[in-house]
Amino acid sequence: MRVLTYRDALREAIREEMLRDERVYILGEDIAGYGGTYSVTKGLFEEFGEKRVRDTPLAEEVIIGTAIGSALTGLRPIAELMTMNFSLLASDQIINSAAKFSYMFGGQPRIPMVIRMPGGGGAQRGAQHSQFFETLYAHVPGLKVVMPATPYDAKGMLKSAVRDDDPVIFVEHELLYNVKGDVPDEGVEYTVPLNRGERRREGSDVTLVTFSRMVHICMQAAEELAKTGIEAEVIDLRSIRPIDLDLVLDSVRKTNRVVVAEEGWKYYGTGQGVVALIYEYAFDYLDAPIGQVTGKDVPMPYSKPLEQAALPTRDDVIAAVKAIVPALGAATAAR
Amino acid sequence: MAVRDVRQAREVRQPAQAPSETQDFGGLSREQLLDLHYQMEVLRLFEEKAAEAYTLGKIGGFLHLYIGQEASGVGAISALAPSDYVVSSYREHGHAILKGIAPREVMAELYGKATGCSKGRGGSMHMYSAEHRLIGGQAIVGAQIVISTGIGFGISYQGLKDVALTFFGDGAVDEGAFHEGLNLSSVWKLPVVFLCENNMYSMGMSVSKAWSVPSLEPRAAAYGVPYISVDGMDVLAMRAAVSQAAERARRGEGPTLIEAHTYRFRGHSMADPARYRTRDEESQWKANRDPIVLFEQRLREAELARDEDFKANEEKAAAVVEDAARFADESPFPTEDDLYSDVLQDGSGAIAWRNKPSTPRE
Ligand SMILES: Cc1ncc(C[n+]2csc(CCOP(=O)(O)OP(=O)(O)O)c2C)c(N)n1
Ligand SMILES: [Mg+2]
Repeated sequence: MRVLTYRDALREAIREEMLRDERVYILGEDIAGYGGTYSVTKGLFEEFGEKRVRDTPLAEEVIIGTAIGSALTGLRPIAELMTMNFSLLASDQIINSAAKFSYMFGGQPRIPMVIRMPGGGGAQRGAQHSQFFETLYAHVPGLKVVMPATPYDAKGMLKSAVRDDDPVIFVEHELLYNVKGDVPDEGVEYTVPLNRGERRREGSDVTLVTFSRMVHICMQAAEELAKTGIEAEVIDLRSIRPIDLDLVLDSVRKTNRVVVAEEGWKYYGTGQGVVALIYEYAFDYLDAPIGQVTGKDVPMPYSKPLEQAALPTRDDVIAAVKAIVPALGAATAAR
Repeated sequence: MAVRDVRQAREVRQPAQAPSETQDFGGLSREQLLDLHYQMEVLRLFEEKAAEAYTLGKIGGFLHLYIGQEASGVGAISALAPSDYVVSSYREHGHAILKGIAPREVMAELYGKATGCSKGRGGSMHMYSAEHRLIGGQAIVGAQIVISTGIGFGISYQGLKDVALTFFGDGAVDEGAFHEGLNLSSVWKLPVVFLCENNMYSMGMSVSKAWSVPSLEPRAAAYGVPYISVDGMDVLAMRAAVSQAAERARRGEGPTLIEAHTYRFRGHSMADPARYRTRDEESQWKANRDPIVLFEQRLREAELARDEDFKANEEKAAAVVEDAARFADESPFPTEDDLYSDVLQDGSGAIAWRNKPSTPRE
């Protein structure tokens, strides 16, 4: 094992897949000379050259159209969109073409395409650079949507995504790029499946279901909660579609209490989708209504205190847990 | 090389040579010429049959007919090799047949039958065949343009000599996809032939009201792409224009934009009574510019074919179309077992299909 940043782990995954398979190439805005807006692709242009590291004009729709069309000829593109916010300009190609082709054309087309895109707030980038839209894509049958939280998963899931024959939306978080974590040594081959979540912490009192950067915030909350005698189980979904529902339900059946935590907007979002699935499949097992922690219901403000107020925090998670674990909360308060 | 009109296109095709009979006919043999006629007949009769089936309720949804535009598809696709790609819109039944999909499978797709080329899941707007390289049916206007850029990239990345020909309408050029696709294809010199079938209307919107310029020539110039204007009612001119563009693409010199001037004889779809244009305009086109009639006249005048040849083609085409309709009629519908197939290539299906119902608490 070594310690790598999330960014370097992603770059290793891309590099290894490009070395392994000639059909893999990358394209996007400023990924070559500039090295990638968040430096994920730095050095790849120098190593692989212009043929396989393609800087594109500022034209998101044709970036994804190119990825799709080339996939139909047998290539395995990795497209980078500068941020998830800009993916809306390509959303027609992502949703109406990539997601639907296999089904609509009787299973014939295969689109082994990965679209990487960072999202998320916390860096004061304002309303048009800070959103998560995984909900939009996770809504659509025909797509896979993954949101790894650790360098280990970032590398392993990106490699799986490149090898997968379906279109994969690979959502990174801007504030995760510098996060460090254990990654197997160079040359040690591993992948992480695209349809399995991970139990990050065991606990018996409440289940925290979360993904992406909120995993780290939930882990901090769980440590704090442990000090007050509440043991939280933390489930990192890793993949939003397909969702590892068995992992979630097994935990719910054990703890009987759930808080779903995410950074995005609350209403009609990913979290509410998970809440609905738990109610649908494990209603009988719940001892309390499911709690939700989300970003606030506003476009992301720029000003630092406002942005901090709009983002969900460790304390929000703790409060949501305490609201549905009343016995222990009451016992502590009455002490 | 930018080419302005049909006459000039012919000049480019036959540099410094006196016109001879075979050159006027694109160097094609009598059999080849009659085959082009036959293909146009198949498309015409196929669409007429489809219209009939639609009124009988055998075809649902939208149905966009290609009647009037046959010379464009037949001429263009006859200029390609079988391994070339055709990328098209929702007005693609003819393109699908011309690329080699059996008319039976195209008709069955219109009927929503399991034997259709997209297993009945696509319908009239979503024909596809990986085998025949018909990258079908896009019902999002203009979306096929950026996909053809990608196909062109895939071809050039792999060092292949194929070409991607993409059909779109005069409405599609006003979508952002047209700008993005032409620009990138030009910058990367991709082997794509962009073929705008200008039938003067996008649904009810006329080109004269929608376009800031009356021709696509300045738009092509804006992307550094050669432009060819061609009579879309002339099957041989279409063939010549696409040949020229495809050769350029194969030489690695990049894309060409072709504007084919044509007219759809029917409404936009079966639901459209075409109130935005005059009956007089329609009858003028039908009487004077019918691509099948025009081609027959030419062959007749050159004494290359006679009425009985055309009649024979029509009968042969009618039999193929009848067979296609019978096949579609007799084919089974897909069953509900097929509902969740192919959502994903890995067979895992949709979320709804995978999950088990709620279990009671123990
Ligand atoms: C993005 C989008 N906008 C609008 C429509 C509705 N629509 C379908 S066909 C059409 C007209 C397109 O005209 P044109 O590109 O000229 O092709 P034609 O039908 O004449 O072959 C319109 C507006 C659509 N399908 N997709
Ligand atoms: Mg039109």
